[in-house]
Amino acid sequence: MNKSDLVDILTEQLKTLSRKEVDLIVDTVFDKMTESLSQGDRIEIRGFGSFEVRTRQARQGRNPKSGEKVFVTTRRVPFFKVGKELKERINGGPEGAAEPKQKVSGE
Amino acid sequence: MTKADLVESIYEKIGFSKKESSDIVEMIFDTMKDTLERGEKIKISGFGNFVVRAKRPRMGRNPQTGQEIEISARRVLTFRPSQVLKQALNKE
Repeated sequence: MNKSDLVDILTEQLKTLSRKEVDLIVDTVFDKMTESLSQGDRIEIRGFGSFEVRTRQARQGRNPKSGEKVFVTTRRVPFFKVGKELKERINGGPEGAAEPKQKVSGE
Repeated sequence: MTKADLVESIYEKIGFSKKESSDIVEMIFDTMKDTLERGEKIKISGFGNFVVRAKRPRMGRNPQTGQEIEISARRVLTFRPSQVLKQALNKE
């Protein structure tokens, strides 16, 4: 499911709003979350999970292609922790605590 | 920031009532939860991907007693932030 699928589902459920309006709302939500994280703020969505910003120390890295040494500066990364309710729902979903499927490569 | 702040921003920016805004925010996360529960992944361009991954059973240890126990197979949710989000966090 991508953002456009999400907008379609919501538009169908809401009925009172146009797809364009729903699209704007969904964008507003994720923009607001991005803005909040970029200010270093923590986000807590009850039942879903929480997002926070963690700082990674500067380190000596290597370009995996050329093997060349590069210096990686201190950076901030978002960190997501799944909420209790969602964690349980995912683990006890229709397929139960399923056997591992083929490795899904996230991009 | 909590759901209430998201509701507030919709209420301010788009001019819906508090009730409508709150219902919509609720519905967004409910829809995402339902999708993830089915094991389906969610890609939000510009934000990141939520991916359900299956983990094999493995042996673990009770850190207090040192006793070995099997950790059962399970499904876990991981979030992979998009480049856009990572950059937004690191711009000066």
